[in-house]
Parts: sequence; structure tokens; C-alpha cells
Amino acid sequence: MAYLSLAIWIPIAFGLVLLAIGSDRHAPVVRWIALIGAVLGLLVTLPLLTGFHNDTAAMQFTELLPWIDAFNVRYHLGVDGISLWFVPLTAFITVIVIIAGWEVITERVNQYMGAFLVLSGLMVGVFSALDGLLFYVFFEATLIPMYIIIGLWGGPRRVYAAFKFFLYTLLGSLLMLVALIYLYYKSGGSFDILTWHELPLKGTEQTLLFFAFLAAFSVKVPMWPVHTWLPDAHVEAPTGGSIVLAAIMLKLGAYGFLRFSLPILPDASQRWAPLMVGLSLVAVLYIGLVALVQQDMKKLVAYSSVAHMGFVTLGFFVFNPLGIAGGLVQMISHGFVSGAMFLCIGMLYDRMHSREISAYGGVVNTMPRFAAFAMLFAMANCGLPATAGFVGEWMVILGAVQKNFWIGALAATTLVFGAAYTLWMVKRVFFGAVANDHVKQLEDINRREFFALALLAAAVLAMGIYPKPFTDTMDVSVNHLLKQALDSKLD
Amino acid sequence: MNDMNWLGIYPEIVLLAMACVIALVDLFVTDAGRRLTYGLTLGTLLAVAGLHLAYFEGGFTLYAMQRMVVTDPMSHLLAFFATLAVGLTLVYARSYSTQRELWKGELFTLSLFSLLGISIMVAGNNFLVIYLGLELMSLSLYALVALRRDHAQSTEAAMKYFVLGALASGFLLYGLSMMYGATGSLDLPTVFDVIGKGVANRQVLAFGTVFVVAGLAFKLGAAPFHMWVPDVYQGAPTVVTLLIAGAPKLAAFGMAMRLLVDGMLGLAVDWQQMLIVLAVASLAVGNLGAIAQTNLKRMLAYSTIGQIGFVLLGLASGVVYGNTLSAGSSYSAAMFYMVTYVITTLGTFGMILLMARKGFEAEEISDLTGLNQRSPLLAGVMAVFMLSLTGLPPLVGFYAKFAVLRALVSTNVEGYLWLAVYAVLMSLVGAFYYLRVVKVMYFDDAGDRGTIQTGTAGGLVLSLNGAAVLLLGLLPGGLMAMCVQAIVKALAT
Repeated sequence: MAYLSLAIWIPIAFGLVLLAIGSDRHAPVVRWIALIGAVLGLLVTLPLLTGFHNDTAAMQFTELLPWIDAFNVRYHLGVDGISLWFVPLTAFITVIVIIAGWEVITERVNQYMGAFLVLSGLMVGVFSALDGLLFYVFFEATLIPMYIIIGLWGGPRRVYAAFKFFLYTLLGSLLMLVALIYLYYKSGGSFDILTWHELPLKGTEQTLLFFAFLAAFSVKVPMWPVHTWLPDAHVEAPTGGSIVLAAIMLKLGAYGFLRFSLPILPDASQRWAPLMVGLSLVAVLYIGLVALVQQDMKKLVAYSSVAHMGFVTLGFFVFNPLGIAGGLVQMISHGFVSGAMFLCIGMLYDRMHSREISAYGGVVNTMPRFAAFAMLFAMANCGLPATAGFVGEWMVILGAVQKNFWIGALAATTLVFGAAYTLWMVKRVFFGAVANDHVKQLEDINRREFFALALLAAAVLAMGIYPKPFTDTMDVSVNHLLKQALDSKLD
Repeated sequence: MNDMNWLGIYPEIVLLAMACVIALVDLFVTDAGRRLTYGLTLGTLLAVAGLHLAYFEGGFTLYAMQRMVVTDPMSHLLAFFATLAVGLTLVYARSYSTQRELWKGELFTLSLFSLLGISIMVAGNNFLVIYLGLELMSLSLYALVALRRDHAQSTEAAMKYFVLGALASGFLLYGLSMMYGATGSLDLPTVFDVIGKGVANRQVLAFGTVFVVAGLAFKLGAAPFHMWVPDVYQGAPTVVTLLIAGAPKLAAFGMAMRLLVDGMLGLAVDWQQMLIVLAVASLAVGNLGAIAQTNLKRMLAYSTIGQIGFVLLGLASGVVYGNTLSAGSSYSAAMFYMVTYVITTLGTFGMILLMARKGFEAEEISDLTGLNQRSPLLAGVMAVFMLSLTGLPPLVGFYAKFAVLRALVSTNVEGYLWLAVYAVLMSLVGAFYYLRVVKVMYFDDAGDRGTIQTGTAGGLVLSLNGAAVLLLGLLPGGLMAMCVQAIVKALAT
């Protein structure tokens, strides 16, 4: 069964229908259709999980159709242990986002829901594309709905943030396009990514290609120092936009490293690994400190995202199974945790219309149920064991220590910094005395919000307590990838 | 009269005959009854387009008029899209022209004559035939630009276009006469042979090449021969802007293919370098110039210059160190780019035409403010066009850029690789002003601007235009294959 195609095109179809014929007059109908579309999109990804074979690194659920014969571009989809979990993660986050925007979005509801559904399908396409140009088409196409989402429903500086996001990401991606075309030419006219994995390439070629791919993926992840678009985009985007940005779109970049840089350019990856490790550590340490001084909650969590993604790239470039698997697990857990944190901030913002930490204090007194959820997610962000945040961080630190004790030690400081900025924010916002009248009048979460938070809480706890399903699916593929990444192409 | 071979030029004969008939018919028709002229014109265009498409599908090459005219798949494909462009322009232009008293017989007859000129240009096998076609097209367009007699801007634009266009035609003619002097013939195949034999005077040939390329560059609107483009695009009535921006670009491309590739391929070493310089300049001038514009027509004019830069890159990468293996893919990439550019341009100017009202030109970018609130359909369609021009997947503009970039990279020459990087960076600059239009439509509040209702015919055609850009983006293979077929057949002769 073409589950991957269904996972891509069902949300897109629902989204396009809503864009074409939805209207604000029928907003309730629009919302329900969007929810049905998102849930359907999630349901078709479940057979992927149940039908996946853990014991092979080959691509599964593959689909191959000719698409553009003139360029030998094919509609080639498939997932392996590396990309498997991102498909249901995307669909799940889409459901959360639809629920989160239920009452909050009142203008051009059909365009909001339509944009997120189309975006969901496109992101699934990125994770499952096995053809270089198909990957690029999906990768770039995600920019369009996100640009509209930030610019239409965002905050006061949304136009600046939307342009910055778009142009910054586009610059990197365009350089990647040239690299993809070069690989196409070098491989004798093939865009097949799996063929590129075997393609012999000279040292200088690998280095140039590595930096072209680095341009695209490092902006997307984002790595320091090309991360500056993220705080603006996250702060100005509406809640749903921040959730999708943090939970999924950042992972597109990290996934790109695993699918392109490591297997296709092993020598360049190993040669420049110290640079990547260095940049990752800067992200972990320096951005951790930057997060500590933020006054805006969303900006704080945005910087925390950069730090967590620094962990991911660190795990990738220490070149051992624990590191790469840890990075993957961290990507998935960060999807849940940061999505949840942005959702919580969004709920506070809906009530108080302020993201300033100083505007809050003692929220636990008036919103106890909400505070309970927020505490859980904050703890997950710190990396508390039994939450999803712990598993990935632990694996990456172990992997880093195997490579070099000091890298591991520096990486482990994230446990301190992460706890510092997260817990300090939680303390200032939730605990203590009720700060002002606005906080006193806060209403606790209603059933819809409770439902969304509960889904995420369940995911965070389940992944934290029993991460085996995740790591089991990854093992064989990660080992295969590591073999490719350590196998020099220069002989 | 034995070699006339009328079969190849039936579409042109139909076009000429109907143009004369329509000119006569219009004499007896009043303003109210102009629907007859309109209907006749559209019918003619439909018939001619159908004929061209049928000939293209037939796939054979015919030499007509004593081998002075070559009707091969490329000429038929280009003429088909040119006919389509003129037809769509007239459909879009109806309400606009009626409001400004431009809906006269001259509009139809001159458009048909310019189309005839275009058809001849792209099918020329002889220097003079190509020049005849060029002049027929240009003179019709000069007159069309001046159609709005009482509008100072239009008259000024017409003067500029005419004077500069005449100068450029003079350049072209001078270059062609040099080529004639060096090779002793006006026929393209003979010129090709003589150049190939290497017996002609190299200096005269080089001299001629420079002037020919200069003339071509003007017609295409490439920098540094681009000065007329912003002023004429902005000054001319939008109907005529669309006529200039659409089909004549295809004609210029066809002329470039005939002159440079069919005739002077042996001199590719010379003219490819010239095209590269033109391309680099056009990309820079076009993309950087458009950033500062507040008038939508002027911005689109500068964006045209930038897009032409890409087409020139495609044309410049055909012959690599004397090897013509990649010529087919390079030239078909350039052709694909040109065709998709024309389709998208039809939509953008069509938007302006449909949004215009009596006394309100709708040509400022600020006139689009909040269009998403006023008419989501129009905003969506315009966004599709803008994003396609940026080169963003999944719209067809991306595949056009990709095809040209692939042609550049496939040459395996390091200089071309850096050209590809440069082109990509320039299109990033371009992304800014296209996105600005999207921003104005979606992110700015409409204020007290009212909702927009477009006439049903125009709105429907615009939606189809937008859908075409989107669908061609999802399935570009068909159009790409048509372009490849056209170029391969053209190169085979």
C-alpha cells in the first residue's frame, strides 16, 4: 500500500480544498474538515510503524514512479530507520496544531488550516524522498506556507521575521541546488540518492559539496552562527507556526545531514567534523547562556531550541552509533517537547497577550492544571530522566565521551544550562505570589487545550519511560549509515 | 514557382488573409458591434494555433518559399505559444481597453500583423526574411504603443521604443550585411557552410557577430541594451505592455536560435562569450534594479531583464570547446524557460489589466495592498505567478531555472559552474521583490479598499493561467519534452 504517498497527499488535498472553497462564514465546518484531514493523515502513518522491519537497513514502503523523464527525476519514496519516525511525528504535530488553533484563529481560518495541512504533506515528502530533486522540491516548497503563516497571523514584526526566514533559508537552499545538479552530472544523469551514496568523489569535490550542503542545512537546523533568523521567526509566528517550526522544520536540516552529507561525502564529513563539533558546542554553551538572559518566553524557548539542535549535530559528527542514534532520538523528543512548550506559551499569550516573563508570576495559583503540564514539559526540556528529553541527551553525551572526554564534558554542561534557563523561567512565571490582577483573572485550560496538552504529555512520558521502540527501529540503519560515513571514497 | 511549397506556411497565409479581412470588416463596425471583430480575431487565433500545433505534432521540417522559410517543429511551437499569448492578451484586455477607448480595430489588426511578423521571424531561413519578420512585428508594436493618443506617457514610451528600436534594427541589419559580405550569401545554410569551411574573413565575421548580437540583445531586453524596457513597459497602455512582454520575447528567442545557432554556430566561440557578458549584466541590472521600484509594471520590466539573463545563460552553454553534444539540452532549457516565462508574464500583466478600472490604472504595487482580503482568488493567482518567477518549487519557474542550471553544470567547465552559482545568488536577490508583492497582498491590511470583482471571462482565464503555472510545476515533463523535440529537430537540419 502506498502509505507514504497517502501521508503526503491526503493532507495536501484537504489543505487545497480548504484553500479553494473554505471561507470565514463557515469557519466551524472548515475547522472540522481540517481536523479530519489531519487525523486521516496521522492514521495512514500508523501502518508504517506497525509494518516496519527492524532488521534491515534497506528502504521500506518504497514507491517508484517516473516523473520528469527529461531530467531523469523520479517520484521515489521510501523510509528507513532514520526517517521512519519523522513521518508520524509530522502528522501528529499537525493534529496538535489544528487543535491548538481552533478558537484562537478567527480570520481567514480556511487559509490558516489549509496552509498547515499543505505544509504537513510537504514535510512528510521531505523525509520520505529518495530522489534528490524530489527532496529539493519538497524542501523548498515548505517555505511558501510557512512564509504566509508567519506573515499573515504573526506578531508586530512579522513581516521582518517572514522575510528573514525566507531569504536566509533560500540562500542556503539555492547553493544546495547547485550541489545537487553537480551530483546529478557526476553520477551520469541520476538523481537517485541511494546511487549517490556509492558515487566516488574526489577530495576537493567533496569539500565544495559539503559546504554547499552545509549552507542549506546549517541555516535550517539552525547552527550557530546562522541561527539569527530563528528567534525572530519563532517570536513573531503564531503559536501553531512556532510549534511546526520547532518541532518539524528544524529537523529537515538535521535529516539532510544524515541523508546527504554523511553518506555521500564521508571524507569531507570526517575532515570537517571538528568544525561541526565546535559549532555545535558553541550552540550548546553560548546559546545556552543567551537563553538565560531572555525576557521574552518565546525567545527563550527559541534559543533553547538552537541549543538542543546543537546537541543533535554534535551527536551526528562524533561518528559512533550512540551519537547518531542519540541525535535522532533527540530530534524526535525535541519535536514533542518544544512543540509542547510553544503550545503552553501560546496558551498563556492567548489569555494575557504578553510573552514577557515580567508580566507573569504565580500562575500556578490560578491555572493549576496548566501549570502541571507546563512543569512536565519544562522538566523534559531540562532533560529529566523518565521524560523524552533525557534519552537523547544521555545517548549523545555517552557518544561524545566515547570520542573525546572533553567534548562530552562540555556537552554535558547543557544539563546545567538547560535546567538553569528553563527552571528559572518556570519559577518566575509559575511560582511565587500572584504578580498582578491580570494573572489573578486567568482561567485554567478548557477541555480542548487539556486534550492537546495531554496528547503531548503522553508522548513525552511514553518516550521517556520506554524509548525502546524508537531505538530499535534506528539501530540497523544507523550502523549502516555509520559504515558509509566512515568508509573513505578516496581510494 | 516550383519551390514555393505553400504547405508549410498555411498558418501564416490564414493569418494574413484574416488580418486583412478583419481590417476591412472593422471599417463597417461601430464601437458597440466590435464584438464581431473580437470574435473573428479570436477565431483566427484559435485556428492558427491549432494549425501550428498540428504541424508540431507532425514533426516534419518543410522548406517553403524557395528555401527562404523553414517551418520545423521549433518554429511551429514558438508560433503556437505566440498565438496563444496574443489571444490571451486580447481576452484579458477587453474591459481595460473598452474603458480607455483602445478597443478599436487597430488593436486587433496590428496585433495580428505583429503575430504574423513573429511567425515569419521564427521560421526564417534567410537573413532578409528574418529581418522582414522583425520589422513587421516591431512596426506594428511601435504603433500599438502609441495607440493611446491622449496619454503623454504612452506617446513618450512610443517615441523611445521607436527610436531605440530603429537603432537596434539598424545594428542588426549592419551586422547581417557584414555576414553577407564575408560569406557571400543571405541563406542561413550557406552561411553555416561557409563559416564551417573557414574560408571567410574572420575579422569581418567577428564584426558582424558583434552587431548581430547587439541587435538581438536589444530585442530581448538584455543589459546593457535594456534602457527601453522599463520606460516602455511602464508608459505603454498595459494591454500593449502585455503584447510586448509576451510573444515578441518568443520571437526574439527564435531569431536568436535561427541567426546564432542555425547560421553562425561555427562562431559560437565568439557569440557565446558575448552572451555570457550580456547574461551577467542582465542578471545584475534586472534583479538589483527591481528592488527600488514602486510601480508594478516597472518592477516587472526589470524582472524581465533578469529573467532574460537566465535565458541567455542557457543559450551560452550549448557549445563547449567546439563540442555540440550538450547543445540540445542547453537550447531546449533556454526555450523552456522562455515559454514558461511568457505564460507567467501573461498572468502577471493580466492581473493588472483585470484590476484596472476607469481612471484607475492598478499599476502601483500599493494597489495590490490587502488583496487577500479583497479577493483571495486574485491574490492566490498572483502569488503563484510571483513565486514561479522567483523559481520556487513546486511551480514551473523552478524547473525552468533548474533546466538552465543543469545545462550550465553539464558543460563541466569551471567558469560555467561559477556562473551557475552567480545566477543562483542573483535569483535570491530577485526573491526579495517578488516576495514583497506577496507580502503586500497578504500581510498588509486592505484598509478601506473595496472588494474586487472581475469579469467572468477574464477571471476564469486568469485562474486557468494560474492553474497552468501550478500544474506545469507538478508535471513539467510534457512541455519540456516538446521543447526538446523542437530543438533537436531544429539542430538536425
